[in-house]
Amino acid sequence: MRSVIMGNHALSYGAKLSRAQVIAAYPITPQTEVVELLSQLCANGDMKAKFIKVESEHSAMAASMGASATGARAFTATSSQGLALMHEVLHWAAGARLPIVMGNINRAFGPPWSIWTEQNDSIAQRDTGWLQIYASSNQEVLDSIIQSYKVAEKISLPIMVILDAFVLSHTYEVVDIPEQSIVDKYLPPLEMEYKLDWKNPHAFGGLTKPDWYYELRYQIEEAQEQAKKLIVDTGKEFKEMFGREYGLVEEYKMDDAEIVLISSSTIASTLHVVIDELREQGKKVGLLRIRVFRPFPSEELRKILKGRKKVAVIDRNISFGHEGAFFTETKAALFNEKDHPPIFGFIAGLGGRDVTPDVLKDIFNIVETTEWPEKDIYWIGVKL
Amino acid sequence: MADEKEIKWTGVKDMPPMAVSLGSMRVNKTGNWRNLRPVIDYEKCIYCFICWKFCPEPSIDIEAAQISERVDKKPVINLNYCKGCGICAEECPVKCIEMVKEEI
Repeated sequence: MRSVIMGNHALSYGAKLSRAQVIAAYPITPQTEVVELLSQLCANGDMKAKFIKVESEHSAMAASMGASATGARAFTATSSQGLALMHEVLHWAAGARLPIVMGNINRAFGPPWSIWTEQNDSIAQRDTGWLQIYASSNQEVLDSIIQSYKVAEKISLPIMVILDAFVLSHTYEVVDIPEQSIVDKYLPPLEMEYKLDWKNPHAFGGLTKPDWYYELRYQIEEAQEQAKKLIVDTGKEFKEMFGREYGLVEEYKMDDAEIVLISSSTIASTLHVVIDELREQGKKVGLLRIRVFRPFPSEELRKILKGRKKVAVIDRNISFGHEGAFFTETKAALFNEKDHPPIFGFIAGLGGRDVTPDVLKDIFNIVETTEWPEKDIYWIGVKL
Repeated sequence: MADEKEIKWTGVKDMPPMAVSLGSMRVNKTGNWRNLRPVIDYEKCIYCFICWKFCPEPSIDIEAAQISERVDKKPVINLNYCKGCGICAEECPVKCIEMVKEEI
């Protein structure tokens, strides 16, 4: 059924269609309408799930972990400061190998208070062991939740589906909400080999000495590696059933592109329009959208960027004292390639500043007219 | 109940993906954490069993023993599980438990 819904509700319907059994959430700012709709759906019986109101985001994740540890499908959603408060338990969820799926709306950290979009909240969680998917349309938000449960439950790791505040979260788009019966065929009920079960009691997460802790960490890395193929394979399976396909990256007009603009989330959506315009002017430019940030698609980037003349990475996040995260990772992926192209790094749109087609054209002009990066990082649009 | 089997794995390939207790502690001993071992001086022991009450593990067993006309059992440290915390020695009212350094 095609409906006009906002990004927040795309997350909610994704969780509903995935038959999430437990939703634990803290309902106050910086929370969005994701869990408001879910609480309604639970209250009026449209969703057979337990909705747990908790006193903080830390508890929201802790309750999700408890639910997931018993073999229930758990969902939660948060944003900025709320995600930061979860930080300690995010490590625990990944270490305990719990297939929780969470929606995170990218909102800038305070102070000063902001509710607008910026990726620093999710980027700050990149080392927790969670997979991170950055969506660029409301349809992709909904689809990514369903796909994430499928992937998370196969590799026993939690996944964060991430979308820009307002630009997606509160923007209404046409979204095809699939039939429950088809989703049920794609996503069978969760079966967990190791779970809290009073008939077969186990203790979990006990003290592990250095003789085996190291191996447990290696296993997480193996699972992340395994996820790369799984995301692509389950994406193909998804296409067969739903007609839409998503992989680790999205390529747009890349066949003969000499200059490649790399970005994520909604900046990448806007780039489609910009690239169309630049192509009309005869510029050989293409878009590479990084959809999955963890696991990072280094292999794909090396393959796709081989032989290109110039690459530019546009980040809506900043690691203070250095540069943007997607830029760092892209450079690292290409560093050991012989004759890799110059890679330009741009910061844009922090705190929800609009990244308009004109801003992106400015970025393209800098890349086109500069032979080799003259700065470590270019800040675009700062009122100096 | 959990299987009573000894848990052994060789590496990443055959181990479970998270820290999980898979077998009963009856066969999976935990006493190797210990670096101090409690030793009971039965000459001084008054058989009050306060050590048995306080042991958090609990790894003080009660064994049958005809000590006197009135006393027919004695406390015995179960070294398969004792972690050497020393609570028994601390609580003993006649200080008859000595914590001795474990030698490797």
